[in-house]
Amino acid sequence: MPQMNMIEAIRSALDIVMDQDPNVVILGEDVGYFGGVFRCTDGLQRKYGDHRVIDAPIAEGGIIGAAIGMGVNGLRPVAEIQFADYIYPGFDQIVSELARLRYRSCGEFFSPVTIRTPCGGGIRGGQTHSQSPEAIFAHVSGIKTVMPSNPYDAKGLLISAIETDDPVLFFEPKRIYNGPFDGDPEKPAVSWSAHPKGEVPDGYYTVPIGTAEVVREGSEMTIITYGTLVHVAVAAAEATGVDVEIVDVRSIAPLDTETLVASVNKTGRCMIAHEATRFGGYGAELAARIQKDCFWNLEAPIGRIAGWDTPYPHAFEWQYFPGKKRMVAGIRSLMEVE
Amino acid sequence: MATKKSRLYIPRPMARPGDEPDFSYLDLADAGTIDKPSINARTRDIEYLSSGLVRILDDEHRAVGPWNPGIDAADLQIALRWMLLNRAFDKRMFQIQRQGRISFYMEAAGEEAVSIGAAMALRAGDMCFPSYRNQGLYMYRGVKLVDMMCQCLSNTKDMCKGRQLPIMYHSRAGNVFSISGNLATQYPHAVGWAMASAIKGEDHIAVSWLGDGSTAEADFHHALTFAAVYQAPVILNVVNNQWAISTFQGTAGGERRPFAARGLGLGIPGIRVDGNDLLAVYAVTLWAADRARRGGGPTLIENVTYRAGAHSTSDDPTKYRPKDEWAAFPLGDPVERLKQHLIAEGHWSEDKQSALEEELKAKVLAAWKEAQQYGTMTEGPFLDAATMFDDVYAETPYHLESQRRRMRAIESGNGDSSDGGTS
Repeated sequence: MPQMNMIEAIRSALDIVMDQDPNVVILGEDVGYFGGVFRCTDGLQRKYGDHRVIDAPIAEGGIIGAAIGMGVNGLRPVAEIQFADYIYPGFDQIVSELARLRYRSCGEFFSPVTIRTPCGGGIRGGQTHSQSPEAIFAHVSGIKTVMPSNPYDAKGLLISAIETDDPVLFFEPKRIYNGPFDGDPEKPAVSWSAHPKGEVPDGYYTVPIGTAEVVREGSEMTIITYGTLVHVAVAAAEATGVDVEIVDVRSIAPLDTETLVASVNKTGRCMIAHEATRFGGYGAELAARIQKDCFWNLEAPIGRIAGWDTPYPHAFEWQYFPGKKRMVAGIRSLMEVE
Repeated sequence: MATKKSRLYIPRPMARPGDEPDFSYLDLADAGTIDKPSINARTRDIEYLSSGLVRILDDEHRAVGPWNPGIDAADLQIALRWMLLNRAFDKRMFQIQRQGRISFYMEAAGEEAVSIGAAMALRAGDMCFPSYRNQGLYMYRGVKLVDMMCQCLSNTKDMCKGRQLPIMYHSRAGNVFSISGNLATQYPHAVGWAMASAIKGEDHIAVSWLGDGSTAEADFHHALTFAAVYQAPVILNVVNNQWAISTFQGTAGGERRPFAARGLGLGIPGIRVDGNDLLAVYAVTLWAADRARRGGGPTLIENVTYRAGAHSTSDDPTKYRPKDEWAAFPLGDPVERLKQHLIAEGHWSEDKQSALEEELKAKVLAAWKEAQQYGTMTEGPFLDAATMFDDVYAETPYHLESQRRRMRAIESGNGDSSDGGTS
């Protein structure tokens, strides 16, 4: 089986759908000739031409608005927003237009736009290259929100995202583009080649949106997480010796409640972990679901680990990032509850 | 649907890696050939300024024409010094980033006259809203090199307390706004500041800068609309350095009309200026500032220049443009041009230039030595990470104080980082 990092897996997905469907077009800042600042579209303009891989003006609202119009006119646009931190000028177009078009026109109009955007910290990007705004979009009805944690899922989910007739926000945790990251910045970088999910078929396959995955089976507690923190959770679980089950949400919205609930009903303890700020965060939605559906099986209050409720500080990236130390402490403390 | 041949127009730059540099698309004008109107002129009568190119330094390095501000040789030497300092600083910081001692850097090489020329034409009470390549403004307006370096190092003397990427300075004392990583956002701020100045009955003006690429952002258009509607005392600069990261100025819509003409439909006069001619930048800024101060409203200035270095330390420009493109840029190097002018006028020499370059190099090195004493990314002293919870709000609320305590406990190796639902 071929080995791919997340960038290669994303590029492979784009290549496959562009090859299969002439209506798929890519637009974004520096995505064409240059191949994207993270190289996700490298080579695609050479292969499919500059009418299908379009270098856009620096206008996120324009990119998303134009993508909506293209989608209405039969194309299947994949828009790239260079950093999730830059998505806000496109916010109105996403929330008021993209998410609601089908609803307000009773299905007469829709636009199957996929918006890819790198998110998360861990690359010393400071507060304008590190944010995780998934909760803001999960809050909006009418768009699907996805965040893969590995190359295999990234490719399969991206193909699903482009093929679905619903708009999808596809968040790519940039810290794990080149390899899984266990939350310890002191350790040398690891490549995807040693990870089972770094094995990615060359051809077409999909991972359905709306499915979570149990990435580590356990009996004593469940960690519900997604993105970069999946790998931190695995490392933390191993460090504590606690028999932790880890569920990778993958699909923020729609949410695979069934898999989450089954896990927590089995283990009786639940920790929710995300990199985004905690207050009003996506973890609160998860906690509410778990509380409702697993209440009689819970042996401890649901815990949350998240980024602190501040902007992402450049120098204190590793104190801000909910890394292994915080995860280990969280696991231990949750297990102490009698 | 997309099976027929596309009829879409796609802008393409004249030259990519491996091609000969080609600036034939740039409309030029000889120095001294563009009329200088009264500051009271009506926009409709001065539309020619947006398509011409105000230049003062000619090919023989003389200062010519109606825009020549007649700056004293001593002041021009000072201007040269500031530009050279900017360049020496950038050179050192770029190397330091390459050594892994700061995380990021952005050079202004080739664009120094844009900041220094404008800064010289403004008053101390005028407020600057810079983009990320206007470090010259901070220097000119009194921020010490060592303080700028400490910002880049995120160390104990960092004005941003470790919260911002390198180069995202601010200076309340120098009236230079805080730099954002998001593009064009400062443009409407400048207009609002200028509106407030008018509301308060003051004669301070606001000045802002952004790149050719950033003119595509909605905030650029918001700013122009508000500036025009309220005739705000503001100067809006477009720094057309030909390249956004990998996309050329045509991708921002610069192929058919100059950026200076963007405001004409709103009645905002535009001036296209040789951004590598310090005298010209100074002269047009002074004109626009006088006009704004006397109630004449906003001016849009397009500074035609060239980004000689990479966009930032994160990209390699040889991947998207010819390697030797700067050498072929018809407006040359702003530092070299001012130097040659001073030499031609008999007020400078190559020896003096070399001596000044050495002096500034030493000054930058001394600042670097001092800056490191306040800590680096890898060596202490370090800032207290708990300060990250300050300034989120004017007064830190309970839930942040609680997180600050938990963070301290975790960092010291004892305690629970999770939230069992207590706050």
